[in-house]
Formats: sequence, structure tokens, C-alpha cells
Amino acid sequence: MATTHGTRRPRTVRETRSIRGTRTGRIRGTRGRGIALHAVLVLGLLLSAFPFYWAVIMSTHTSSEIFSFPPKLLPGSHFPENVRHLFAAVDFFGSMLNSLLVAGSVTVLVLFFDSLAAFVFAKFAFPGRRPLFALLMLIFMVPAQLAAIPQFVIMAKLGWIGSMTSLVVPASANAFGIFWMRQYMRGAIPDELLDASRIDGAHFLRQYWHVALPVVRPGLAFLGIFTFMSQWNDYAWPLIALTNPDNVTLQVALSQLNGTHGTTDYGMVMTGALLALVPLLTVFAIGARQIIGDLAKGAIR
Amino acid sequence: MATALDGKPSPVLADPSAVRGKRGRRAYWHLYAAISPFYLLFLCFGLVPVGFSLYLSFHRWDGLGRMEWAGLSQYRYLLADSDFWSSIGNTVVIWALATFPMVFLAMVTAVMLNSAVRFKNVYRFAYFLPNVTSVVAVAIIFGSVFSTNFGLVNALLQAVGLDQVAWLNTPWGIKVAIATLMTWQWTGYNAIIFLAGLQTIPGELYEAARIDGAGPVATFFRVTLPLMRPVLLFVLVVSTVTGLQSFSEPQVLLQNTANESAFSGGPGHAGRTMVLYFFQQTFDNNDFGYGAAVAWGIFLVVALFSIVNWRLVQRRGEE
Repeated sequence: MATTHGTRRPRTVRETRSIRGTRTGRIRGTRGRGIALHAVLVLGLLLSAFPFYWAVIMSTHTSSEIFSFPPKLLPGSHFPENVRHLFAAVDFFGSMLNSLLVAGSVTVLVLFFDSLAAFVFAKFAFPGRRPLFALLMLIFMVPAQLAAIPQFVIMAKLGWIGSMTSLVVPASANAFGIFWMRQYMRGAIPDELLDASRIDGAHFLRQYWHVALPVVRPGLAFLGIFTFMSQWNDYAWPLIALTNPDNVTLQVALSQLNGTHGTTDYGMVMTGALLALVPLLTVFAIGARQIIGDLAKGAIR
Repeated sequence: MATALDGKPSPVLADPSAVRGKRGRRAYWHLYAAISPFYLLFLCFGLVPVGFSLYLSFHRWDGLGRMEWAGLSQYRYLLADSDFWSSIGNTVVIWALATFPMVFLAMVTAVMLNSAVRFKNVYRFAYFLPNVTSVVAVAIIFGSVFSTNFGLVNALLQAVGLDQVAWLNTPWGIKVAIATLMTWQWTGYNAIIFLAGLQTIPGELYEAARIDGAGPVATFFRVTLPLMRPVLLFVLVVSTVTGLQSFSEPQVLLQNTANESAFSGGPGHAGRTMVLYFFQQTFDNNDFGYGAAVAWGIFLVVALFSIVNWRLVQRRGEE
């Protein structure tokens, strides 16, 4: 679709003008280059999208069809059957609900704790502000597996192993979010606004809630979507912490499915992988513009 | 990112030096309370665990019985452990196979996107898509693309008359499959970051280069690349830190190719990365003391690589 638009689009005014002004050979060169450019970009786009298409093909065929040669290149008609097998093999919706619960509550907690701390670091002076913020940056660098064993031991002592609490509590505030929101708030919240609200007698929490938060909503949207997606996709720690195989998150359930049926019922396993992608792709489609723009901005800052 | 510490904030409350004494301290209590949740969490699930893991690495412990003092013996064993060294080798090879094509492709894509006028947002959306999908689902999908019997890659090889490869059953096949997955998932993400960097380069510079008679290749190496150094550094450091700690990709891709352990890294342990080895030692063998020593070993390797990376890119900048 994109190719036809790219090659057969009508000339813009500027292009027409430049065609009049230059030699014919040159024009053919630039137009040819434009077409080649879009051809390569569309090829990249197809490569990006191909695994999703492949998953659709695999999830609409039976395993014996998948094993036959030559490989199927068009979707089949066995999707409902694969879905039935999938729901019989794992508690798909139960684990999806767990993922939703974990990712949802972590997102709410992170948004609150991180933005509150970021507000303090961005807009207030207090003894120890510099060393505390430096410590925050240091924490950013600590690799996960250094803390993994003791975390596991501590959670076992607390009786959290096997429950979703072990995923939610340690993730409910993080250095990245505080750092990111602080950068955002420094520029976005005018000091005059805070001064004015202080003269009106607004307490710290009122300032946070009624002055700061409304202004930084786009920043919160990014942090929220980003947090939700990374929690939804988290795999290593849930794999260790959720010791009851019947009560797991979606990613762990998928992995179990692949581990036990991955060599026999490909169609069903692939259906699981495909369906597990749907909620996240929806969230991404809603927030894509925001998240792509903000991530890139953060990187070049 | 680096501007974090030197920029002055705009204090709304009075300067701390102005309010001193007990009354002054008390005036700040709500600020400390507001930042405390993160520091409390970090204390419980960060600082104490990291300290404890250092302590653990000097002990023998199975997680249940009594801890036994082991001195330096865990580290001595680590240095002589050929399995650990081979896991470093696997990790570095997979990282290199993934990172260099990825950075190259991402740069090419970004330069092309920068000169494309139309559909920029469509491309950005599509290229970013692989990065938001879960590694577990993607690894399952790639496992079937690289399957020996019915995989698409082998079907393509056969179609052009080449021999089939048992991708997930040979040392190099395993590494190539994991690296391909990583490249697919991260190229678009890095291309968009490069693109954001490219868009900050003022157009006059290109104009000046064109007037000086520089071709597109010379312009790229003389103008674009030097100005992109900070962004390149960011991408390289992030790729190094995440790439050297890869776990989910090899774990899911290879979990049902070998019978022994879910963390074995496939036939011949060819896909056993450092972090997989850490999980195997710790949670399969319940060797918490040695696991802690492995974790510190990984930390050193990652830190070393990051420093080397940083130095290389920095020094080129000084020339």
C-alpha cells in the first residue's frame, strides 16, 4: 500500500518548480533515488512486520499442516481449534488477569511515587538534595542479578514468594522514572505558578496535586505506558518468584506452554504467543506517538 | 542524560543555608517523606541485597541449611571454572553478532528516514513495533522460523538449492538465531534514536558541505558521524549493558532443545549466556554462594566492557 503511494504521488509545487529549473538527467536521478529510498524502507517495514505475519500463519494451521512441506505462506482455517486447545492447556485468562493486575498496580504506584519524588528534586532545595540525587543515579546502574538471590531470600522470609506481591512491591518506585520525571518537571512547571500557589497558602501536597500534576500530564503518560509495557513483558524475575505453576503471569504461562508443548503442538503454542501480544500492541497503538517521541528525546538529551 | 547533576534547580522554598537549626530541619520533613518511598524500597530490595550478595559470595549456602564460611574459594573456583569462561565467550559472541549489524542497520535506516519526507510516522511506528513485543512471544515465533524441520529459513535455503542447517542444534546456528532475534527487536528502536539525533544537526552544515563539493559519503563521515558521537555512545552503552545480560532470548528459544535444565542454553551449552549460567548455578543447583560469586563476575565483565566502549568512542572524538 505504502509503495504505490510513495511512487505515484502527485508532484508538489516545489518539485514542479525545481523540475522546470534543472536539467532532465538530474531530475530522473533524484526521483529514482526517492523511489529506491522508499523501496528499501518498505523492505525494512516488511522485515519488521514479518514475524507477526508468520505467527498468524502458524496459529491458523494444525501442527501436521505446519510440519508438511513446502511451508504454508497463507493463513489457514484452524484458528478456533488452536484457541480451544490453548485454553485447555493453560489458564490463559487467569494468567492474563495476573499480568494486568501486576502491570496495572505497578504503573499506578510508579506514577505516584516517582512523580512525587521528582517534584521534590526538581523544584525544592533541602539539605542533602545533591548526594541523594547522586545516589539515585548510582542505583540506576546496579545490575539486577546482583540483588536477585538476597531478594529471593528476603521475599521467602516475608512469605511473598509465589504471590504477585513479590512482583509489585520491589517495582513500585524506580530510579529511571524519578530521573525522567525530574528532567521533565524542571522545564514544565513555572516557578511563578508555585510561588503564587504558596502565597495563596497551598500546602506541599496541594501544590503537587493541583499545580504540578496537571502541567506534566504528557510526561506521566509516557512514564505510565513505558512502565506498563516493561512490567507486562517482564520475565526473568517472575519466572523465579512465581513458584506455583498454576498462578503465574502471562509471560511465564507462555514459556510453560512452549516448554511442555513446544515440540508437539506448534499451532497451539503459536496461538498463545499471538494472543499474548494483542493487549500490549493495543496499548502501544494508543500511545505510540508519545512513547516514540519521548524515548528518542530522552536519548539525545 | 549527562546534564543531570550539574544543572541548578530552581528552588522555590528558601535556600537551605538560610533556615538553620531544629526548626529549619523540621520545615523539610514533608520533602524527605515525599522522596522516602523510593529510598526505603531501595534499602530493602537494593542496598541490603547487594551487600548480602557480597557476603554470600564468601560462603557456601544452599538456601536452607547453615551458611559456611568459604573465604575466597568461590572466587578461586570461578576463575578456574571453564563453564563460566565459555559462558562469557558465548555472551560476547552473541552480543557482537547482534550489536554490530544492528548499529549499522539502524544508522542506515535513520539516514534514510531522515531524507524521506513522506510516511515518516508510518515507518517510525512500524520500525518501533518489534521492540514493544515480549521477548517470550518473539522467541517462540523465532524458534519456529529457525526450526530444522519446518522452519522458514531452512525452506528458503532449500529453495535456492543450499544445504539445510540444524539451526538450534549447532554451536554457531544457536548463536546466529539468538543474535538475529536481538537484531530484529532492537534495530528499529535504535534507528529512531539515531533519527532524533540526526534531526538536531542543522541543515546549514549539510548545505556548507555541499557547497564545498563533498559527496554523500564524505558528508556522512565528516559531518554526520562526528556530530552523532554522543548518540552513538548512548546506543552502544545501552546495547552493551543489555546485550551482555541477555537471558530471556536464549532461555525461551532453547528451553526445549536440551533435556537437562531450562537454563542449559541448548545442545553443547552453545547458547548459555553469563546470566543463564547464573540462573542455572543458583536456582537449579541451589548453590547460592557460588551463584553470588558468578553475579559479581558478571558485574565486572559488564562494567569492563562498558568502560572500554566508552573510552573507544571518546578517544575517537578527541582526534
